[in-house]
Amino acid sequence: MKNSIFTVTENQNIARGTFRMRLSGDTGEMRPGQFVNIKLDGLYLRRPISVCDAEDGILTIVFKTVGRGTEKLASAEPGEKFDLLTGLGNGYDLSKSGEKPLLIGGGAGVPPLYMLAKKLVEAGKRPFAVLGFNTADEVFFEKEFSDLGCAVTVTTTDGSRGVKGFVTDALPAGYDYFYTCGPEPMLRAVYKAARTSGQFSFEERMGCGFGACMGCSCRTVTGYKRICKDGPVLEKEEILWKD
Amino acid sequence: MERLKVDLCGITLDNPVIPASGTFGYGYEFAELYDINILGTFSFKGTTREPRFGNPTPRIAECTAGMINAVGLQNPGVEKVISEELPRLKKCFGKPVMANVSGFSVEDYAYTCARLDTCPQVGWLEVNVSCPNVHGGGMSFGTDPASAAEVTRAVKAVTAKPVIVKLSPNVTDVVSIAKACEDAGADGISLINTLLGMRIDLKKRRPVIASVMGGFSGPAVFPVALRMVYQVSRAVGVPVVGMGGVSTAEDVIEMMMAGACAVEVGAANLVDPFACKKIIEDLPAAMDRYGIKNLKEITEGAR
Repeated sequence: MKNSIFTVTENQNIARGTFRMRLSGDTGEMRPGQFVNIKLDGLYLRRPISVCDAEDGILTIVFKTVGRGTEKLASAEPGEKFDLLTGLGNGYDLSKSGEKPLLIGGGAGVPPLYMLAKKLVEAGKRPFAVLGFNTADEVFFEKEFSDLGCAVTVTTTDGSRGVKGFVTDALPAGYDYFYTCGPEPMLRAVYKAARTSGQFSFEERMGCGFGACMGCSCRTVTGYKRICKDGPVLEKEEILWKD
Repeated sequence: MERLKVDLCGITLDNPVIPASGTFGYGYEFAELYDINILGTFSFKGTTREPRFGNPTPRIAECTAGMINAVGLQNPGVEKVISEELPRLKKCFGKPVMANVSGFSVEDYAYTCARLDTCPQVGWLEVNVSCPNVHGGGMSFGTDPASAAEVTRAVKAVTAKPVIVKLSPNVTDVVSIAKACEDAGADGISLINTLLGMRIDLKKRRPVIASVMGGFSGPAVFPVALRMVYQVSRAVGVPVVGMGGVSTAEDVIEMMMAGACAVEVGAANLVDPFACKKIIEDLPAAMDRYGIKNLKEITEGAR
């Protein structure tokens, strides 16, 4: 974990209710699947946001406006400075990917898979990506994933773009392993539908984001885990679903 | 620095700053960031006789100038604290630590305290009779003078270490409870634990916190905490540890002017993991601004 100041360099509305913000600062030691915790004026708790990309001093985050924190972020102008805790969470374990890993993202769960895809491609892997959204105007990053060299399938719940249905209606054949991030109902569906082992990134309301407060604990096969510190990524085999 | 030193039940603290239980884990997360030996001490995660997972999630809610938590005393149980957490802590913290204890019966409190009494690393037992997040447990002991006194007596009977009883603000008369604990042999009083509160998610039309209510803390509660520290420190002869919304060196000084001999810092650690380090570093300059030669004299002056 590091604590440093980042400066907004751009903030763009890339799909309905979805923003891509780039910030300059110390991006050392940020891994795919990790998150940053952002202090915002007027809000007491920091807001955890997944790392979409981090390279050469530029951090990219992509977020959906869902409440006061993300609305404040959405209105941030270039030049604005934020206090960030970085390098939080365990991140995805790339060593298990196999040759043809499958990346399954849903909505605001798509961004962390981007840096993962980039690192997997750099390592010579050939990832598939299945990206699920509600409607066509919410779709983002289809081109970004295919530019990396991923075989991309987009799904929309209403069929207004790509395959009509859920991500689980469009899982390709022939993948060796999978990585997923998205809303919990989607994660549960992926858990049932997937034919290989894989890794899931979870979301939870957090207090600190660095393992001190036990605010985001969950039960797993291997004992209690803190989503912020021991997660957010859990292996399929260790997941115990709530009820 | 001599001017920052204070006494807490016969043990000298290098400074009065103590991270509060539940906001500092067992210390290691913070030890990765800075040398936690700069702290006066810290109060470790509330420990119970048996391991506990705690409450369902969400356990956390944002508030104006504060937060609500309903963790529900998640901890590995006293045996694991003794066999795993304390040996691990020893590697990064060389000072006496404050052991925070909770229970669901008088026997639980006595058992857990008796076990921790055997640990040389433990300097003080902070007996939490005020957790708002466990049903039928913790707080019911702290909302009635007779029960609070009974827990205090039972704990005092099994330990030679100083016993500090941590009180709840969710009562009509905190002074009567503090006095009952003092009469039962408490070596000190710490307060306040969190204020019972709740939030509702407008979109979902239901409480944010899974267990509905939780403990409200953060800068918003500081004036309430300060008032209770003031009332209690004038009513009892034993040392009082003040806490509740403390976030700056000025807040520490204000708490001590209200009568506290040491000050715990809670929610601030979660927002800024360096909060206690900054407070300690800021204290000398803040003391200079108010003409304070050494911190000990403020408490003495207040009482």
